[in-house]
Amino acid sequence: MTNYYDSDDGASAGDAGRPDTEHGMNRRQLLRHAGWFGGAVVLTVAGGEVISHIADSRDTNAAAAAGDGAAGSGALRFVQVSDSHIGFRGPANLDVVGSFTEAINQVNSLGFRPDFVMHSGDLTHLSTAGQFDQVKQLMTAMKTDRIFTVPGEHDSIGDAGRAYRRTFGMGTLGDGWYSFDTHGVHFIALVNTLSLEKLGHLGNEQIDFVRRDIAGLSSDTPIVVFSHIPLFAMYPQWGWSTDDALKVIALLRRFSSVTCLNGHVHQLFTKTDGNITFHSATTTAYPLPKPGRGPAPTPQVVPARQLKSALGIRSVGYRQGDRELAIKDQRLA
Amino acid sequence: MSPSGTGAPAAPVARNAVAIKNFAFTPATLKVKVGTTVTWTNQDGDSHTVTSAGAGGPLHSAAMATHDTYSYTFTKPGTYAYLCTIHPFMTATVEVT
Repeated sequence: MTNYYDSDDGASAGDAGRPDTEHGMNRRQLLRHAGWFGGAVVLTVAGGEVISHIADSRDTNAAAAAGDGAAGSGALRFVQVSDSHIGFRGPANLDVVGSFTEAINQVNSLGFRPDFVMHSGDLTHLSTAGQFDQVKQLMTAMKTDRIFTVPGEHDSIGDAGRAYRRTFGMGTLGDGWYSFDTHGVHFIALVNTLSLEKLGHLGNEQIDFVRRDIAGLSSDTPIVVFSHIPLFAMYPQWGWSTDDALKVIALLRRFSSVTCLNGHVHQLFTKTDGNITFHSATTTAYPLPKPGRGPAPTPQVVPARQLKSALGIRSVGYRQGDRELAIKDQRLA
Repeated sequence: MSPSGTGAPAAPVARNAVAIKNFAFTPATLKVKVGTTVTWTNQDGDSHTVTSAGAGGPLHSAAMATHDTYSYTFTKPGTYAYLCTIHPFMTATVEVT
């Protein structure tokens, strides 16, 4: 387990100048996650990559353009992949292992080493032990220091997520939720695929966790929330919503910048609601129809060339002091 | 399999069978007498479950692959709502009298 999450090349962090963090993670969080990461939390400095999507970032862009290790002193870059559905067999994608492997290769070819990769759920198609083993094994090929996950409903079939947590839940709280801090950003990973009835559901225990988790944070701390099912009402008729998400949204209203990243819907979609921006990611497995297009959200069979353009990965950049995260979605090349 | 009649909505072919097809349970409402064994058959290419809605319900199949079946004998009258946990927009009920 330790080796799985740890970096295999131990690059230096280069962020010693920041007083209140240790390798970008505050001490409380570091301690909480020490077991999870084997204590070897190392944030890699990715040099030479210009982050061009950050709003209002004249100075920071210049710093990033300067390249070298110094560029990494404030920059965070992570990747979101989603809905790999390892174990799916059907005409919508005859080789989900192949397309997920391509996505991993694309992550490894971004030109920078992401600080972490988040898989936002539906890692497997049917929650079998073999599928969990396979997806975990596949992800070890990702060149990153840490891999995070949240479960999808396909990862919690029939056992309320127990098999998922055996494979990916080490160090998490409750039914698999957790939080962490890095590069001045507070990350919260939520589980909304248990107690599933039509819509996603968080439950009071988890909502209380969020309340306590953010209580001590200053309102200018950027917040990123991961969940599998959208926390906004993207299309409730197909279950693309979370019935008690507004309780969490209400807790997040006081923060100046909140970014919610989800999977589940197998297509890109963005919605802004005041201080909160929601971004649905696409999949590495198979497309689903646009909301309401068709009788049900069933796997869509498209010509092979179109399939690749429906699949993809997402990279996210953030430089300390900026308000917004820069989100870049790329098709599977 | 499909009824050849036209006009009125099709009645279920068998009174104790539910087809899982095109990501829907058919019929969406099945009416049976106490003691009936109902059998669900997955005719889709994707997997589904038959799972009681809410806690404590009696229906909980494993993930059913194509052509898999799941059966349950209803011994008490009542309305049994269920869904597919993998695709929870798929909902249906069995009414037992």
